[in-house]
Amino acid sequence: MKSKKTTKNEIIIKADNLFVTVSPHIKSPESTAHIMWTVNLALLPTTFMGLYFFGPLAGITLVLSIVSAVAFEYIYQKALKKNITINDGSASLTGLLLGLNLPPSVPFYIPIIGSFVAIVITKQLFGGLGYNIFNPALIGRAFLLISFPKLMTIWKEPTSAFIQIDAKTSATPLGILKEEGLTKLIEIFGDTTNLYIQLFVGHRAGSIGETSAIAILIGAFFLLYRGYITWHIPFSFLATSALIAWIFGGKGALFTGDPIIHLISGGMLIGAFFMATDYVTCPTVKNAQIIFGIGCGMLTMLIRLKGGYPEGVMFAILIMNCFAPLIDRGFKSKPFGFKKTEKK
Amino acid sequence: MQTFKGGIHPPDKKELSKDNPITPQKAPKKVLIPIIQHIGAPSKIVVSTGQTIKKGELIASPEGFVSAPVHASVSGKISGIIDYPTPTGRMVSCVAIENDMTEEWTTLKDNPDYMSLSPDELKAKIKEAGIVGMGGAAFPTHVKLSPPKEKPIDFVIINGAECEPYLTADYRLMLERPEEIVQGLKILMKILDVTKGFIGIENNKPDAIRVLSDTTKSERDIKIVTLKVKYPQGAEKMLIKACANREVPPRCLPMDVGALVQNIGTTVAVFEAVRFGKPLIERVITVTGEAIKEPKNLYAKVGTLISDLIYECGGFKSPAAKVISGGPMMGFAINTLDMPITKGTSGIVALPEEELLHVDNFGPCIRCGRCIDACPMGLMPNMLSIMSEKGFYEETKEYNLFDCFECGSCTYVCPSKRPIVQFVRLAKSLTKP
Repeated sequence: MKSKKTTKNEIIIKADNLFVTVSPHIKSPESTAHIMWTVNLALLPTTFMGLYFFGPLAGITLVLSIVSAVAFEYIYQKALKKNITINDGSASLTGLLLGLNLPPSVPFYIPIIGSFVAIVITKQLFGGLGYNIFNPALIGRAFLLISFPKLMTIWKEPTSAFIQIDAKTSATPLGILKEEGLTKLIEIFGDTTNLYIQLFVGHRAGSIGETSAIAILIGAFFLLYRGYITWHIPFSFLATSALIAWIFGGKGALFTGDPIIHLISGGMLIGAFFMATDYVTCPTVKNAQIIFGIGCGMLTMLIRLKGGYPEGVMFAILIMNCFAPLIDRGFKSKPFGFKKTEKK
Repeated sequence: MQTFKGGIHPPDKKELSKDNPITPQKAPKKVLIPIIQHIGAPSKIVVSTGQTIKKGELIASPEGFVSAPVHASVSGKISGIIDYPTPTGRMVSCVAIENDMTEEWTTLKDNPDYMSLSPDELKAKIKEAGIVGMGGAAFPTHVKLSPPKEKPIDFVIINGAECEPYLTADYRLMLERPEEIVQGLKILMKILDVTKGFIGIENNKPDAIRVLSDTTKSERDIKIVTLKVKYPQGAEKMLIKACANREVPPRCLPMDVGALVQNIGTTVAVFEAVRFGKPLIERVITVTGEAIKEPKNLYAKVGTLISDLIYECGGFKSPAAKVISGGPMMGFAINTLDMPITKGTSGIVALPEEELLHVDNFGPCIRCGRCIDACPMGLMPNMLSIMSEKGFYEETKEYNLFDCFECGSCTYVCPSKRPIVQFVRLAKSLTKP
């Protein structure tokens, strides 16, 4: 290294141990951890509404779910002598999403088992963050739903109070819609307007985080505004579902279904904005994302209208997860100036 | 405003040096002039140790067509011919000249009536002057100006985008020497027999746009194009798309769509070569970065040591952690300041520790797709990096590996800090196109 000094002005041109790397030499401040924690933050409104409607038991479920998800990630990485990455917020996000998708009053072991399946089996055994094929939180929930069908379908009536613990159980709006039809659902809520309002605000039975449409939308718009998700998947998912609900959702005649009920009930919104948009398990090319969203919408409505379960968002997203790499391949982005060579 | 699809918006940091006029560099005591400063065959040294030499005299003559002569940038005595490192990392034979401080020029051939010369005569003058692309790639200009007959050129674009952060050399030239840029462009248009010329300038340089618009008011064939501020707006293919809405197909050259792009500095050099017969021995170079005490735009002699230039800018105000030859997006990090600048060195950027983002352990790809949106070439950098990381070099070709020109946009936006460009270069070096 060179060093030159003058006594007069003390001009320093000494430079030792310069870093030499491949270009580019500047990088954006964005990081994986920042993205993950921001998504965690965007789920706060719906988390809060869940606590408000379902009380402290829901809070315990959420805490158990998050803590066990982070703990399983730590234990797994420690045991296999890998880098500990619990600070990147992805395990916490999986735990939170799993918790929000559980019924409010499940026994304590349910979120723990769910987190184990999500983190260890679905995420880490497939290679950790970035390599999992399926959305970990959804696999966790699917495993629970199939293994504990009874426990996973006990829905508490929302209470709007923090103290009430022995709440009544009731069916979810989608359950009622499936078993007894729209007329019965409107009868329970009084009239159609009240039904919409209650569904929108979230005063209804369901999973902890899926009841309040408005809370989910607040978080979703925050993510859209920050550019962490784009419109492609949520829009195509919701538009497809609405269209199918309108065409085939009615009793008897075509084009008599009620798309709004389908959009704001069940896991549709949280699924479309927070689950289907999971970076790792959705396609990366924008056109492919639209196909992915359409597929999710079609499968969701197929299950809701014709399947055995009242709700189909979870299975729809998981099925489409399998196809994500394939759709990506099909819609491989075309290099700059490509069309002109084709014409030759 | 015209632009292309993709790209990024890094902080431009041009405010460090943009208001400092071009100042001539103080004469260096010694220069080390590399005999290869261009893409192509090395030039042959025609001088010997001990010889006295005048400024502008030939010291190395081209070998073959794709090559360029090299001239002395100071007058004095040749003290030796030694191998020295250059910014690209290559050891190159350099002619060392001790400056006698007389600044005595060799006789130059003045051509006041240069526009009456034939295209071939003009081209010969450019070749004699050793002009190469001064944006960084340093491709000999006379070769670029000799497209094959079956590929006629329709228009010339002068690249005033200067989309690299920090650099302001072209910006200062546009402000201070607009007349020479326009004359240079007219010479290029005459050589190629075209009637359409564009000067593309990014919208963050409104005064440059204004000055050049004023200068070209009476020129009907020349159009000033205002471009959106976006990196890499100054990349040839992106510039042609933005100015003329033509897309250069993969693996093709600008001449395949009838376009020819020249850098601002090159255009001025072309004018000087044709008008005054002046060889390319000095250029405007931005010495800047947060670690430099007084960032400047210096009119520097080719062969000056980087340490001399930094000395002239008041040295470092904080310890430099990284020094880059060129811009921070596509430039080369250098390991020592004891290295000469070449015809293609557009800037020296010295960054202190706090401006660096160290990536000791990059993370796995989380498939967020930011790199796909940023890639100006419409590639999938995520797939390229994953495949290259796992050793599937051949398979990267399915994802158009060789269309990547390593602009670094993907690596800039990657939240997992993956060294995508590095993976791409690795794959490129281990496969054949």
